[in-house]
Amino acid sequence: MKKLSLTVIGLYALFLHAFSQFNAQDTVIYKTKPLALEEVNLVSSYYSQNGNHSAITGGIGDEHVVDFANGLDLKFVAWDQSHNKHSITAGLGFDHHTSASSAYVSSTGASKTGGTRVYPSLDWTVENDKGNTFGFGAYFSTEYNYQSIGLDFHFSKKFSSNSEFNAKVSGYFDKVKLIYPSELIPKAAVVSTTPTYYTTASGRTYLSGGGGYGGEDNVIPSSPRNTFTASLSYAQVINTSLQASLMLDVVTQSGYLGLPFHRVYFNDGTGHVENLPSSRFKLPIGFRLNAFVSDHVVIRSYFRYYQDDWGINSKTADIEIPIKVSQFFSVSPFYRYYTQTASKYFGAYKAHTAADEFYSSNYSLSELTSHFVGLGIHTAPPKGVMNNEHFSSLDIRYGHYTQSTDLNSNIVTFDFTFK
Amino acid sequence: MKNRPPLFLAIAAIGFMLVFPSCVQVKEYQKNKLNDADMVLSSRRSQKNELNFQTYREGSAGANGGKTGGGCGCN
Repeated sequence: MKKLSLTVIGLYALFLHAFSQFNAQDTVIYKTKPLALEEVNLVSSYYSQNGNHSAITGGIGDEHVVDFANGLDLKFVAWDQSHNKHSITAGLGFDHHTSASSAYVSSTGASKTGGTRVYPSLDWTVENDKGNTFGFGAYFSTEYNYQSIGLDFHFSKKFSSNSEFNAKVSGYFDKVKLIYPSELIPKAAVVSTTPTYYTTASGRTYLSGGGGYGGEDNVIPSSPRNTFTASLSYAQVINTSLQASLMLDVVTQSGYLGLPFHRVYFNDGTGHVENLPSSRFKLPIGFRLNAFVSDHVVIRSYFRYYQDDWGINSKTADIEIPIKVSQFFSVSPFYRYYTQTASKYFGAYKAHTAADEFYSSNYSLSELTSHFVGLGIHTAPPKGVMNNEHFSSLDIRYGHYTQSTDLNSNIVTFDFTFK
Repeated sequence: MKNRPPLFLAIAAIGFMLVFPSCVQVKEYQKNKLNDADMVLSSRRSQKNELNFQTYREGSAGANGGKTGGGCGCN
């Protein structure tokens, strides 16, 4: 009996020993993992718009725009020895648009109507085994009349109370090329042969290359626009089917905040270049509540209040109801309502007077309401979309937008995910 | 801008104070619904370009994961 007990104990010890060795090997295997491509996303949108209040022609004129936007994201993941997950996302965006009103930057309607924007981005995020993260992002965007460089730092922390806090600070450092309507190019910029600094009523300063638009180098001068944003959000799980988040952005902008080719016509019939203050403070706060109301129906809701020091107050209400037709297919009707008060600097065609210090006929600053309604579909079959195992999901969204300023538009978006 | 916090800020804060104490502790294995893609507490990736055009055509932006700067909107 004693021999049998010793044998059992010996076998047990041997089993434990073998098992512990197996675990040790496992730990070594999972401790590090080199950078590998995990996911590829391609988002493509086609946007078409019609309206009759173009800011380029002073609040009157064709606003027809077509925009084809594409964004490709490559997500790489690696694990280090401390079991931190490193995610690197490299993005490249490419948009091409045509705009009917752009032709009238030149008073004869001879300006080009098309434009292309290219915008690469890079993000590095580290996540520890508790799910807390920190990371950095960089962004660059270039098009003919506008360049932008963006940097951000972000972190998140999870709490045992099923809540999570997120913070992000970002800065965008932009340059607006000073392309004026042809009849409103500052005369000093045309006749000067040396670089000239201009200071406008709003206090912003810009440099003309002299000798006409281009100066000796034929370079159109630019003016800076800087944007700094602090974004805070707090998310909370309420029960097994309900969670909510509260989001706050604090945004401050400075520099050239209008666009130099936007015309404004005063009540005396004279034409001017849009003139807006050189600073703006924005305070949007949003609330999101998502709920599984049955096994097949989710309600996604969002509300935002916004206020800025240009006089705009706005409210946004958004609801989307994903209905899970099957485990791998859902349809999601959505509706968004938006309303805003007018900026104190907005005036319609020939509404401004010479006594106004700041003036704009850009209808995005006018009093308006808008409705956006549409439908999305999502499919993620277990064998992949179209039986392609790497094509893991497809989302298609269509939306129709109407604004009380008579602007209306349609947008269709395809979101492809490959793993 | 008026020197008082937006009314919505106060309403949201009160709402959170009322709602959050009633939260129940949810274990990881109970989160299958919460982890569903439709329950993510942010905009969808496919909404990115929608948020962009709304930012350009309307006077406000932010608090939705959309851009708050960078880019022109000059169409």
